[in-house]
Amino acid sequence: MEKENKNILIVEDSATTRALIRAVVEEMADFNIVEAGSGFEALKLLPSLSFNLIITDINMPDINGLELISFVKNNPRYNHIPLIIVSTERSEEDKKRGMALGATAYITKPFKAQELQEVIKQVII
Amino acid sequence: MKASKKEFIAESEDLLFECRQFVLEIQDTYQTALNPDTINALFRAMHTLKGLSGLFGSKGITDLSHGLETLLDDVRLGKVNINEEFVNFLFKNLDILKTAIDTIREDKEPDLSSQIEEIKSFRASLKENVGGPDLKGIINDSILKVLSEYEEHRLKTNILNGNGIYLLKVIFDLSTFDTSLEEITKKIKKQGELISTLPVSENVPDGSIGFNLMFSSTNPVDEIKSDIGGEIETLVQTKISSPSTSTRKQEQSLKSTTTTVRVDIDKLDRILNTIGELTLAKDAVKRIGIELSEMYIHTQFVRDVYKISQTLERRLAELQDEVLEIRMVPVGQLFSRLAQVIRRFSREIGKEIDLVMYGEDTELDKSLAEEIVDPLMHLVRNSIDHGIELPEERIKKGKPEHGRIALKAYQKGNYVVIEVIDDGRGIDLDKVRSKAIEKGLLEPGAKIDDRELINFIFSPGFSTKDVISEISGRGVGMDVVKEKLAALGGFTEIYTKKDEGTTFTLTLPITLAIIKALVVRVGDMRFAIPLTAISETIALEKNDLQTVEWRKVFYLRGEMLPVKSLGDIFNIETTDEEMLFAVVVGFGKRKLGIIVDQIIGQQEIVIKSLGEYLKGLFGFAGAAEIGRHEVILVLDVESIIERALFRYEGVTHV
Repeated sequence: MEKENKNILIVEDSATTRALIRAVVEEMADFNIVEAGSGFEALKLLPSLSFNLIITDINMPDINGLELISFVKNNPRYNHIPLIIVSTERSEEDKKRGMALGATAYITKPFKAQELQEVIKQVII
Repeated sequence: MKASKKEFIAESEDLLFECRQFVLEIQDTYQTALNPDTINALFRAMHTLKGLSGLFGSKGITDLSHGLETLLDDVRLGKVNINEEFVNFLFKNLDILKTAIDTIREDKEPDLSSQIEEIKSFRASLKENVGGPDLKGIINDSILKVLSEYEEHRLKTNILNGNGIYLLKVIFDLSTFDTSLEEITKKIKKQGELISTLPVSENVPDGSIGFNLMFSSTNPVDEIKSDIGGEIETLVQTKISSPSTSTRKQEQSLKSTTTTVRVDIDKLDRILNTIGELTLAKDAVKRIGIELSEMYIHTQFVRDVYKISQTLERRLAELQDEVLEIRMVPVGQLFSRLAQVIRRFSREIGKEIDLVMYGEDTELDKSLAEEIVDPLMHLVRNSIDHGIELPEERIKKGKPEHGRIALKAYQKGNYVVIEVIDDGRGIDLDKVRSKAIEKGLLEPGAKIDDRELINFIFSPGFSTKDVISEISGRGVGMDVVKEKLAALGGFTEIYTKKDEGTTFTLTLPITLAIIKALVVRVGDMRFAIPLTAISETIALEKNDLQTVEWRKVFYLRGEMLPVKSLGDIFNIETTDEEMLFAVVVGFGKRKLGIIVDQIIGQQEIVIKSLGEYLKGLFGFAGAAEIGRHEVILVLDVESIIERALFRYEGVTHV
């Protein structure tokens, strides 16, 4: 497995899905993965590391994914970080809004490991 | 990555339990003041169940919970309204999920395809709500575009309901924003519903972070402003400002009638303890009643005391029964855990085993059930490991290729009997005998019947690969099984026949807590003997005792009854009465008369453990409080019978 000096933030309120995404991402390379259980936690984690990618859910309690994207994209310190939305197929409208706010890509749950890995490759490698 | 089945079942059952609570709440409130958080929580629980079952690999449950999740999402987003039919549909599907999980427990994949179709057609049959107010022009575009569909729906609903919509802009220090935000959020939630929390960095000084909080409220603007503080902008004015409606609404939304609660077993333990203490107090009142009636038999006052003590007795017994009943769980819960072990373990060692279970509905106290699971597990593994032969060997013996283990439970009076029955090779008694001799537990050539012989396998350290186990290597031996049972006030029996199999019988009281006991005196010590172990008590004179083959016996209705003085057992000096009492304990051949100086009387006692310090002390099952702060020891009848009947003179017991 190649060593990748990249920091990835996974924002997802379901611990199960979070673990799943982590497993899929870990399969690709030895990334440094940080997990946030809500948009709020993500906000706290943002200043702590220089992130190369944020993978986020949309429907979360407190700060939702769209609000997070808006914050990242409107903040000069973070607006270079690409964001991938991972959300359910019912959230078509939400995904459109996310893309309008500046997200780089989106993927629909349930997804295949390969799909997510392809998208990540396109976005950061 | 496949989650273990046990975990999956436990977690899904918890989730379903939660879901049921939410649906009950929805049922109670959908006509009056349905809290959007409840729908949301139900939606999330269903979402989690979907994730869990996906990981576990049950397509049926994944698809079904997905269907329900979609349905709930429609409600969440206000696309459909809840009615009675909808609530019933949810209940029905929770039941189906419960059954599906039971199917998984039996290692089968549930077929839910027709149900999944039904959800789809149900969803299609629902009328979709359309419209709502146009938000453009009312709410700033920069806020609108970060709202998720759900938040947008909440915003519309709030406007439709005539609630005021407000925007609060706050700036916090970056290092402490989490606590500050939490505080302000709490304040807002007291006033109404928080719709959106948008973090912002424009126009915010370095080292700080800003938040635009949009919320709704029915309260008057002044109240909101003074309570929350800060700069609050009114986006939509409230249309209802009568405080009476707002309070009434709050009252209604607080109401939640659910019919089930989960209780920590410790709390029930505490209630039982209190009942135990009340029982002691009741006994005292009763005693006073009896003493009074002996002195002043005819007065109204005495009759009243007696009547009251009677009522107390009855009510306390009812209360006790009810609490005990709450603690009961079906033995089937234990069996299904054992079934898992049997399947896994037999596969590992290449033996095919058919498992049958009887009497899964038999109920047992929860804490007893937990205590008994390890001993049972040990017996089951023992049967698989040493009882059941390998397929080739079974075929040679003319037995079916598959071994068979039966788990059987039934109630017998105040006891629950659990049997582990295998059709294996049985325990080789000749090997038990030679091992016992080798260990110095038995003299060569000693006469001993099979039943007594087999009891040697319960001796500490008595393990031989040939006879019973390599189990000692696993940390539990047969002696531990026996000890555990004794500590629970029960006992163990073995029945075995060469090449036909072995039956382990565990007999234990249905409930731990309160038992009836006979209080006896020896010298100046008092002891309690559980009534369930006693068959009768006899008054006798010293001269009635005879000595046969170095043992003291008493001829009871022509039958020889071995007796043992409690004073001898515990080295207590007796008061040397002419009149003695024998308390007859045990069944059948295992009968013993325990000689005591005096029988004091019957009493209900709460047995308490002796604690770590005195654990393993011979002859005692625990301690009990009788009367005012007086503690007496409760005899472990089984171990006393054991020592008196089966330990031979001149043979040292290890």
